[in-house]
Amino acid sequence: MQQFEFSDISRMLTPILARHGGDASRLLQVLLEVQDACHTIPSEAIDHIAAHFDVPRVNVEGVAGFYSFLSTRPVGEYRMLFSGNITDQMLGKDDLMQYLCNKLWVEPGKVSEDGLVSVDSTSCTGMCDQGPAALVNGWPLTSLDQNRLDLICELIRSRKPVAEWPPMLFEVVDNIRRSDALLGEPLVPGNGIRAVLTRGAKETLAEMDKSNLRGRGGAGFKTASKWSFCHAAIAEEEGSVICDINGHPERYIVCNADEGEPGTFKDRVLLNSYADLVFEGMTVGARVVGASKGFLYLRGEYRYLLEPLEKGLQKRREAGLLGDNILGKAGFSFDIEIHLGAGAYICGEESALIESLEGKRGRPRNRPPFPVTHGYKGRPTVVDNVETFACAAKIAEKGGAWFAAMGTAQSTGTKLLSISGDCASPGIYEYPFGVTVRQILADCGARDPYAVQVSGPSGAMISWKEFDRKIAFEDLPTAGAFMVFQRKRDPFQIALNFVHFFAHESCGFCTPCRVGTELQKKIMDKIASGHGTASDLEELKSLGHILKTMSHCGLGSSAANPVLDMLEKFPDAYERKLKELAFEPAFDLDGALETARKITGRDDDWAHL
Amino acid sequence: MSDRKIRVATCSLAGCFGCHMSLLDIDERLFGLLELVEFNRTPLTDIKHCGPCDVGLVEGGVCNAENVHVLKEFRKNCKILVAVGACAITGGLPAMRNNIDLWDCFQEVYQYEGGLEGGKVPNDPELPLPFDKVHPIYEVVKIDYFLPGCPPPADAFWRLLTDLLNGREPKLDYEMLHYD
Repeated sequence: MQQFEFSDISRMLTPILARHGGDASRLLQVLLEVQDACHTIPSEAIDHIAAHFDVPRVNVEGVAGFYSFLSTRPVGEYRMLFSGNITDQMLGKDDLMQYLCNKLWVEPGKVSEDGLVSVDSTSCTGMCDQGPAALVNGWPLTSLDQNRLDLICELIRSRKPVAEWPPMLFEVVDNIRRSDALLGEPLVPGNGIRAVLTRGAKETLAEMDKSNLRGRGGAGFKTASKWSFCHAAIAEEEGSVICDINGHPERYIVCNADEGEPGTFKDRVLLNSYADLVFEGMTVGARVVGASKGFLYLRGEYRYLLEPLEKGLQKRREAGLLGDNILGKAGFSFDIEIHLGAGAYICGEESALIESLEGKRGRPRNRPPFPVTHGYKGRPTVVDNVETFACAAKIAEKGGAWFAAMGTAQSTGTKLLSISGDCASPGIYEYPFGVTVRQILADCGARDPYAVQVSGPSGAMISWKEFDRKIAFEDLPTAGAFMVFQRKRDPFQIALNFVHFFAHESCGFCTPCRVGTELQKKIMDKIASGHGTASDLEELKSLGHILKTMSHCGLGSSAANPVLDMLEKFPDAYERKLKELAFEPAFDLDGALETARKITGRDDDWAHL
Repeated sequence: MSDRKIRVATCSLAGCFGCHMSLLDIDERLFGLLELVEFNRTPLTDIKHCGPCDVGLVEGGVCNAENVHVLKEFRKNCKILVAVGACAITGGLPAMRNNIDLWDCFQEVYQYEGGLEGGKVPNDPELPLPFDKVHPIYEVVKIDYFLPGCPPPADAFWRLLTDLLNGREPKLDYEMLHYD
């Protein structure tokens, strides 16, 4: 294993720290670079970084330990992380991962003895339409099969830097299958902002209000309300308003591109091909609420989009669409900075995202106060989904009435769905709200559909009896995931996958969620291994109630959804797994004596159960 | 309440008898308790096998095959089975060996430790055969109530027993669950 000398560490750290400056909100970004360079966060580096930012060592260690892409123990020089979503699993992820491990002589979750490679699972990487997918040192690999893994094996063994691997391994396609108002006509960069400047900020807010646009991240809060709350709020310190360089009250616009919900990948496509639309929407928002600084929080899994996005921002600066005096409007300054996440689903929750932006662990805050009044660094902050900003740009250009004419009464406009699973054409489908599940299934070429997971594990699992339900806030609200399962799939296995996901992603802050998700996982594993009984189901139900009612944030309160949906809608999926209705031990009693039998050489009656 | 005294059985599996000591700490209330209950199998009566009982109190986790036999006998005979103390509920202190390979444990005890004749791992069928890990008892049989603490305070024992004797759902006050 590589040993790090202190002088090496400081030589490596000096340029990184110099580049990021002394603001502790850069901590996570610094740690990401250290992880990249050393394949771990060495203990000496933690000392050094803590001294640099003048924060306690435990803060740095806490952050390093929180995010799953950071690691305080060395990982392989080549770190392969297979996407563990159910759709990847259905495409053969488990076998492929085992295949690669066998070829490389490494156990899953461990580092090879020469430190060259480690192979493990990670949560959904957002490539469900082109899985099985994986990340190698943070770069996405798609459409994996044995041939590709053979090639990857050779590349790793010959120690070829990932940057020199054949580009076809990293090819990510958009797969836009159905376009409507949002994806259909491209926006001329600047047109949205121009419309705002002509119309005025107040009038634009009125248009937003008229459009009745609701947040696309899942919660569906009305965007115009959020913006007007933020606009009305000011941060004060010792009686005086906190202002930016231009003397305006400080406010922030944050774009939530931490698309962590398994089965969702619409933001990936928006950021890849419609980034201008998103940036335009953020700039429109900045004008309306009076912000001069924006952040795009990009999930670590989409690290590969960082450079293209930076380029896009630079292009906009050159075109006068970002920076000072945007489009010649004196005093209209706004710029966007991209922050990388590091593999934490919880950071999709807006207050956890803000904590993470500040360089801390992604722990959800107490709410209220809400981010619109006390957000980034305590200042009023708008946090909106990528798709919400894209819609906002269109509304700014075309007006609220145009938008409100689409969709249903409570759910105006269109919605991007990320469709994956058992269908002929997985990819992005844009529909006006109100479309039925049946229609979508027909369009994507679903084969013998039996169940659909709408809005990911935290959403709802619906059965074939409910295919006439509609995608809309009135009926089936969604953040975009739409995973199709055919009859031969086992709903129990689907719920099992999701339960593992939640147990892994719980931030650990509140006990109901930290312990509850873990217990839920244990019971589901017990049922899966054939030791389940009726009393376990009762336990699952009461756990579900505790998770729903006692958790600190949405992660915990939705963590029981997959299990409860399965229990309610697919009773035969678990009933046939139950061993008997009375009690059944959680483990194989006789099997657990095998080690001692071998050691002692005993085989008498008392050595068996 | 019928004339028959309530029957109570207790045992310690992979535990230290600390919970039993704490039960005895109800002190003079023991006299009142004995008016209402009779003890079946307990370390106090030295009865070896559990007969039909109303309440069974189990201290300690499950670390070997014998523990399972005792526990199953308790489950079969006791109407209400209570996991008493941290070891019964979570595996507790004995479960600290769960991170150590069983063979390493045996070697440490029987081969490296001085003073043992021959340095061999014993294989007498009379010795209970250990599991590779220590388990909480709820993983082996259904448990009706959990009395937490290391050990549970004497007052908590008293509350549990008096609640059960009076036909109430046992409920511990916050103070009885507060250990620092």
